[in-house]
This record gives sequence, structure tokens and C-alpha cells, in this order.
Amino acid sequence: MTAKQFSCPVPMRDYPNIVLSHGGGGRLSAELIEHVFLPAFGKADGPLADSTALTLPAQRLAVSTDSFVVQPLFFPGGSIGDLAVNGTVNDLAMSGARAMYLTAGFILEEGLPLEQLVEIVADMARAARQASVSIIAGDTKVVERGHGDGCYINTTGIGILAPTCSIGIDRAAPGDVVLISGTIGDHAMAIMSVREGLEFEATIRSDTASLATMVHELLQACPDVRVLRDPTRGGLATTLNEIAMASKCGIEIVESDIPVDNVVRSACEILGLDPLLAANEGKLVAVVPAAQAQRALETLQQNDLGRSAAIIGRAIDDQHSLVVSRTMFGSRRIVPMPIGEQLPRIC
Amino acid sequence: MKYLNEFRNSKQAQLLAARIARLVTRPWSIMEICGGQTHSLIRNGIDQVLPPGVEMIHGPGCPVCVTPLSVIDKALEIAARPEVIFCSFGDMLRVPGSREDLYRIKGAGGDVRVVYSPLDALKLAKQNPEREIVFLAIGFETTAPANAMVIKLARTQQIKNFSALVSHVLVPPAIEAIMNSPDNRIHGFLAAGHVCSVMGFKQYHPIAARYQVPIVVTGFEPLDLLEGIRRVIEQLERSQAFVDNAYERAVSEEGNLAAQATINEVFTVTDRNWRGIGTIAKSGWRLRDEFAWWDAEKKFNVEHVRTIESPQCRAGEVLQGTLKPHQCAAFGKACTPRHPLGATMVSGEGACAAYYNYGRFVQIDKAMSS
Repeated sequence: MTAKQFSCPVPMRDYPNIVLSHGGGGRLSAELIEHVFLPAFGKADGPLADSTALTLPAQRLAVSTDSFVVQPLFFPGGSIGDLAVNGTVNDLAMSGARAMYLTAGFILEEGLPLEQLVEIVADMARAARQASVSIIAGDTKVVERGHGDGCYINTTGIGILAPTCSIGIDRAAPGDVVLISGTIGDHAMAIMSVREGLEFEATIRSDTASLATMVHELLQACPDVRVLRDPTRGGLATTLNEIAMASKCGIEIVESDIPVDNVVRSACEILGLDPLLAANEGKLVAVVPAAQAQRALETLQQNDLGRSAAIIGRAIDDQHSLVVSRTMFGSRRIVPMPIGEQLPRIC
Repeated sequence: MKYLNEFRNSKQAQLLAARIARLVTRPWSIMEICGGQTHSLIRNGIDQVLPPGVEMIHGPGCPVCVTPLSVIDKALEIAARPEVIFCSFGDMLRVPGSREDLYRIKGAGGDVRVVYSPLDALKLAKQNPEREIVFLAIGFETTAPANAMVIKLARTQQIKNFSALVSHVLVPPAIEAIMNSPDNRIHGFLAAGHVCSVMGFKQYHPIAARYQVPIVVTGFEPLDLLEGIRRVIEQLERSQAFVDNAYERAVSEEGNLAAQATINEVFTVTDRNWRGIGTIAKSGWRLRDEFAWWDAEKKFNVEHVRTIESPQCRAGEVLQGTLKPHQCAAFGKACTPRHPLGATMVSGEGACAAYYNYGRFVQIDKAMSS
């Protein structure tokens, strides 16, 4: 569904923006569900109820929840709707689970143009279709103007975990090989360029995408994958540090092997930011046994989302669990865990 | 893009490092003035490929680090006021004042915003006529032209709800202060490329002559830095001392005359306190009296704040090159980027943070395991 297909019945045309009553549980709430959410997400078999009953063909389930508060709501490459679906689908995929169902909770700010909500919901529906998940339950609340940034979304996902799956952040071992599925920093720089009104040589697009299919292909080809992680907030540096700490090993990377888009690299240079610390929304880090590394790389590269996948380093024996990078001279430097968000340097 | 790749060519860099190694016959200590150069040296591991005996000493060129505590405390006091939107470059937010930092002021309800250009602050002033917009105008000669231009614009356009808390510092007086110090052990300087792109390098000739010290202007990329170091050592080995320009693609003898004219119109030279170092005569710029209305210090009457510096912090010695960051007892223990005692641990350009984050591998390894 696209925004243009939105059927606007008379009562809703009276309210081109979200009003408090849209969250009041009355007629306007019902209309929002009937005309915005159900056409996009699909109807349940029976009448709408307080909960949805599911039949799941598995004994091992994975559950993940995430909240999305991105500003702006729309950016090159996606919207908060794409992130809300892909983010939770990817979190499930990183434990090896196949996402089946999502719930969606919306907190809308009074005054949000209805058109924008329709567009966000359409993005969610499209992302859900691409990831083969159903959105099966939802909730909407409206807060007074000034109490929210237009739209916040929480999604919770339920996925099925294969009985033999044993992926874990603590499973990296010295000798294992570390891969990244593509260029880093695209999402962070896309958001920053819109938020700050910065213009670069070309539009930087967010990489928001569902990694479910790629993970499925990877697990088929390399069943012994040790760690999967999506380097979202905090970027690749944070993810590698988390893996090193949990696995009680070191990680050594070769910085020049890490794929970074040229425009993203330039933007980072201008702003004094480090692509290693910049957020991604459609990339994964995989740690695999050395014997399966080449196969893993080829599998990732065969997927459209993984065309620039690369082997970037390996796990090493290190009691301090440091992440270190080989510089251009072959010398080493520590890749630290960032304190908080990156702050642009003065000059 | 060309610049990003060309000046990071690994093979060329290794050739340059080898040329430096062939030149050196005895130990030399070279100071890079600029924090951006410190950052690049350590991030790229350049200090590790220099021949033994060639030591890079990190100078006082991180604007965040040398901004005096009193200015930070004044910023904090102004930023906490309800009518103020306080605008700052990003890395000033975590710099500790006597008691807190701008982040905490923001958390407690202060309207503190990160801007990428002083023009953004002026725009905010136009958009919010009922609020007072204050811009923290700090930095070396590099950031001064843009800051001066905005203050000038505010006066021309009579934007009265805009003001600047100005604490600019100047490189040449700092070099002289270092050379005059009885503890000085610097043999040569890398002058900061961006500072010189604004000011030119004519001011450095008398310093090179008076102190018989080579000064080479250079940039920030690995090849720039190595070439700068090579030229300093070449002079030292030949007992020469003059100003050389290894950053010709950005720097000329005269510098950017239009930028200098704007600076002179808005700012005037003043004595300036440098955090950790003390007062250096004629080492800063302040607003000229005709811009008094746009001077936040006067507007908000914060000229008399009292400051308390951490007694454990030895940033002053680090900034003057007499102490390496990891030699400080607090380094990595009481003082980390998360809980910085001094400004040198905050900014990516600060020597202590650069050591902590990217540091010389073995030394950091030891510091962490001890």
C-alpha cells in the first residue's frame, strides 16, 4: 500500500492531523485502526480482540523488543516505519531466529499529519512483507503536543529458533574470522545529513533493511557460525568490543579492509566523526570458524545486501579483551568502546 | 576524495619513514602544536614508525583542552538560565568545569545545543526572538574567522538576542612560552596547517630566528605529517633553523587576508589564561569594545565566577610536553574519558584521550593491566 491508496472517509478528513481523541478508544480510535492500520497490516481472521492467539510450530522461541524514536521520521533510504520492522526482525535474526510475528505500539503526538502516519504505516507493511513477518497486534496512544516527537514506535517480535542453533555473543574463539556484510556508517550519516541540513557530493541513503534472508542463507552455508550481531547504535567498534568482552578474547581488525562508502567517508572526515562508531541498520557482523570463512564471505556476497561484504579481522588470544586495529604501517592501535554518542570535533 | 587517498598511501608513507630513519644521527624531540595532528599521529600509528630517539611531543593545540576553567564555568552558568539557548561545538559538552559539564546542564533542563557552524547559532537567534542565544566562541586562529564573521553579522543586522562567549587563543605566543620555559626540551616544531591557512606563516620567522628552532608548517594526513617531520629533522641535522612550508596546497606566506581583516575588525589581542598552563601575555583574542552588546560575559554579568581545578590533574604538564599522558598517576584510573579530571582527557584531540583511545599499544596495555 502506498500513501496514495489511503481511503479517507469523511470523519477523518475532518482531522488531517492526529488529535488526542485518536488515542481515546472511541470512534476516532476505531477509525484509525480501520482505515490506517488494518488496510496496511492485514485483518485477523476473526473479530478484533484484546489479544491474538497464535499457533507456533516450534518449542524454542526467541523474543525481542525495541523502541524507535528517530528524528527525522523520514530520511533518504527509509523512515521510522522501516526501522521499526527491520530493527526487531534483525535482532531476532542475530540470535539465529526466523521472525514470524511482530506487535506494534505507537505513541503519536497530537498534531502529527495523518498523511505522515499513513506513510509510516505503509513503510512498515512493506518492510514486514519483505521480511515475511505478520504484524499481529498493536496499540495507539496519543500524547499532547510538545510531549513527543511526532511518532514513537515500539515493536516486539517473536521468532522461531532451530533446535540446534547455538549462536551466541560469547562464542567467538581465537582463530575465528570476523566478517562484515557491507559498508559501515551509511545510516548514521544519512540521518545526520538530513538532521543538520548538510549536503555532500551525493545523497547518503540509510542502509535500513531486513537481514533475515541473508542470515538464513549464511546459516545454511555455514552452520557453525559462532556470533551474529548487527552493529547499530555505537557502530562496528561497539559491537566488536561487546563480542570481545563476552567471548573473553581479543579481536584484531585491519582497518583498510573495512568497507566504507566514499561519500560516507568524506562526510565523516568533514565532521570529525569515525565511521567505526557510526550506526548501521542493515549490516551484520559474523564470527565464523576459519575453515568456513571463505564460504561465509561468498554466501554474504551473493545476497544483494552483502555485495561489499568483507573479511575484516580475526579473534585472537588476549586476556584484556581488547579490539585492536592494524594501521597503515602495520602498527597496532586500540579501538575503544565509545562513551556515548560521537561529538563532532571543533576543527 | 582525492586528498583522502593520496595522502594516506601506505607505500609512500613507509618510504618517507625510511628516509627519516636514514637522516637521523641523534635524538630529537619535535612538538606538533595542533591537537588534530596529535590525533592523526596516534590514530595512524605514525609515532611507532619513527626511528628510536625521535620523539613526538604533543603541544597545547587542542582548543578544548586549553580553554580556561573560568570560561567553562561561565558557560555553565549562562547555559543554565531558562531564557538561554546555549550553542557549542560538540566536544565542549563533556569538558568538566569546576563542578559539572554542559551535558549535565542539558540533562537538568538547560537548553544546550550542538552546532556545526556559528551561523547555525545566528539562525537560531532569528528564529527565537524571545530567547537569548549564546555561542561559545572558542578555538585557535582556525575557528576565529567564522566566529568573527557571525558576530559582525549580528551587529550589522542588529540581532540583539545573540551573544558570544569568546575565548580565542593564538599559536605563536604559545610557542614562545614553551621555548622560554626552563624545562623546555623541544628541538623543532610542526606548525598547525589550518591555523596557518588563516594567518599565513610570516609570524613564525622571528620565532625560528630568535630561538634557533626549525618550524615546518604541515597538514594532518599521514604523508603530510611524515614530510613535516622529515623536513624538521633535515634542518636539525644540518644545524639550520627556518620556517618551511610543507602544506603548500593550503597555506601561503600571507594567509587568508580577508579572514584576517574580519578577525581584526571584531577581535583585539588580549592576555589569555590557558587551562593547565597559566596566563600567556598577548596570547588570545577578545571582542573589541564596540561589540560589547554581543559579549555574553558582559550581557550575563558572569565576569566573577570562582573556579576549582582538580588537584590530581596534571594536564598542564602534558600540554607543555614535560609529562606524557600515561606517566600521570591518574591516567586510566581516576581519569578516563568517562570520568575526565581535565579537558585533555575529553576531546578526541586531547593528548590524554588520544593516548587512552588509540595509545601506544604496549604502554596502554601495561597501564590497563596494572
